[in-house]
Amino acid sequence: STVLDGLKYSSSHEWVKNDGSVATIGITDHAQGHLGEVVFVELPEAGAKVSQGGAFGNVESVKATSDINSPISGEVVEVNDKLSETPGLINSSPYEDGWMIKVKPSSPSELDALLDPAKYTKHCEEEDAH
Amino acid sequence: MRGLLACATLARRAAGATSTARRHLAGAAEAAEAELKKTALYDFHVAHGGKMVPFAGWSMPIQYKDTIMDSTLNCRANGSLFDVSHMCGLSLHGRQAIPFLESLVVADVAALKDGTGTLTVFTNDRGGAIDDSVVTKVTDQHIYLVVNAGCRDKDLAHIGEHMEAFNKKGGDVKWHVHDERSLLALQGPLAAPTLQLLTKEDLSKMYFSDFKMIDINGYACFLTRTGYTGEDGFEISVPSENAVDLAKALLEKSEGKVRLTGLGARDSLRLEAGLCLYGNDMEQHITPVEAGLSWAIGKRRKAEGGFLGADVILKQLQEGPKIRRVGLLSQGPPPRSHSEIVSNSGENIGEVTSGGFSPCLKKNIAMGYVKSGLHKAGTEFKVVVRGKSYDAVVTKMPFVPTKYYKPS
Repeated sequence: STVLDGLKYSSSHEWVKNDGSVATIGITDHAQGHLGEVVFVELPEAGAKVSQGGAFGNVESVKATSDINSPISGEVVEVNDKLSETPGLINSSPYEDGWMIKVKPSSPSELDALLDPAKYTKHCEEEDAH
Repeated sequence: MRGLLACATLARRAAGATSTARRHLAGAAEAAEAELKKTALYDFHVAHGGKMVPFAGWSMPIQYKDTIMDSTLNCRANGSLFDVSHMCGLSLHGRQAIPFLESLVVADVAALKDGTGTLTVFTNDRGGAIDDSVVTKVTDQHIYLVVNAGCRDKDLAHIGEHMEAFNKKGGDVKWHVHDERSLLALQGPLAAPTLQLLTKEDLSKMYFSDFKMIDINGYACFLTRTGYTGEDGFEISVPSENAVDLAKALLEKSEGKVRLTGLGARDSLRLEAGLCLYGNDMEQHITPVEAGLSWAIGKRRKAEGGFLGADVILKQLQEGPKIRRVGLLSQGPPPRSHSEIVSNSGENIGEVTSGGFSPCLKKNIAMGYVKSGLHKAGTEFKVVVRGKSYDAVVTKMPFVPTKYYKPS
């Protein structure tokens, strides 16, 4: 699966791209590969608060339901409404069109606790080895 | 249903949502894996990219390289080959094999023509389902049946106990568990043309529920025209030492169009076909009448009873059951087992027992039990998923039309 440079990753397979005042969040290519086809996504509304490691939504695949955890804390400022009509964007474009929420971080230093691409790649390899 | 106990739970484990949950489940799976049984095709599955998960005490492929969505669609368009060897095949022999079996199941076994079978239900003394099973009358003195993997120990104990009592009263029944055999399910429109290339038997004269003991690719097989997908197809019992070779031959003869398919797609297929999964849609406290399987109770059996729990079942046939299994279409997230069904004012009406996204229909489909009187197609409810209510409507099943091969 693809792991992009320039992003930070959580051990529960979410990515975050920090643009300064706003961070964009989605699930990784590794995660969507394990989920299979996504058929429904449940996301919070703008204004909701999220916390690092806490669930902010759900992804439904043909066979299972999975929580999505936020890699950082903050306030949701935008939600990808396209996902309600086309949840498969998460499979076809997990790092671009399949983004989920944009968050105004409340604690930018939380980003330091996340995995860089090399560490995340290793994490996935170790997890798949079990 | 057959062989897919709690598939959604297994899929959730296979998918793995969070790292913490994954580590926990991985640890549990590792402990369980040490004791999991393997079918004769285990190495074949792994070599073909099978994702193996624990299922009813076995290590079974939930999926191969194809996605569950694609596997489901391909079964309906071309065909699928499933390993269902974890299911338990057995034979009952003896002059009184039929009366014995009829004391335990609701089917009219005696009325079956030699070489034909039917779906039936083993009942407990309260009329609830111990298991569902396909039973085949090979001859008057030989019954072949297949029971669900997850119910094997329970079923064999139940049958054994009753057989001992039956024989003590002068009965003459013996049995053999076909653990030396493996079971393959070949399903879909290409099942018959592909299988025909491997046997001299004219399959065009073999109809849904027919059974034959024939040579396939040089191996002595038990062949039943049946399946649990809603498609035309076969279940093939083959000596275990020949199972891999037969699987390879079937895949090769179909030139890649028949694909190895796992339990994940099998669950989607049987749900689309409106077929019960034992452990979800059918359990010890649910009768065949409640499950919508009154058709499986033979006419003579309805008149005579003679099976465990007959008093409860015959009363339900007369008065109607209090709850009924229905099909549902719903909005929002797919409902899963145990999602609550409520009226528009929030009153509890029932519970979903199986649900998911239908690859063929591109809609959420589900089965569940609702109070009698509220079971008519078109009745509107809500299903509750993670605390939120979504519109749902009762619909007739099957959701996807079945294609069983029957005389026209």
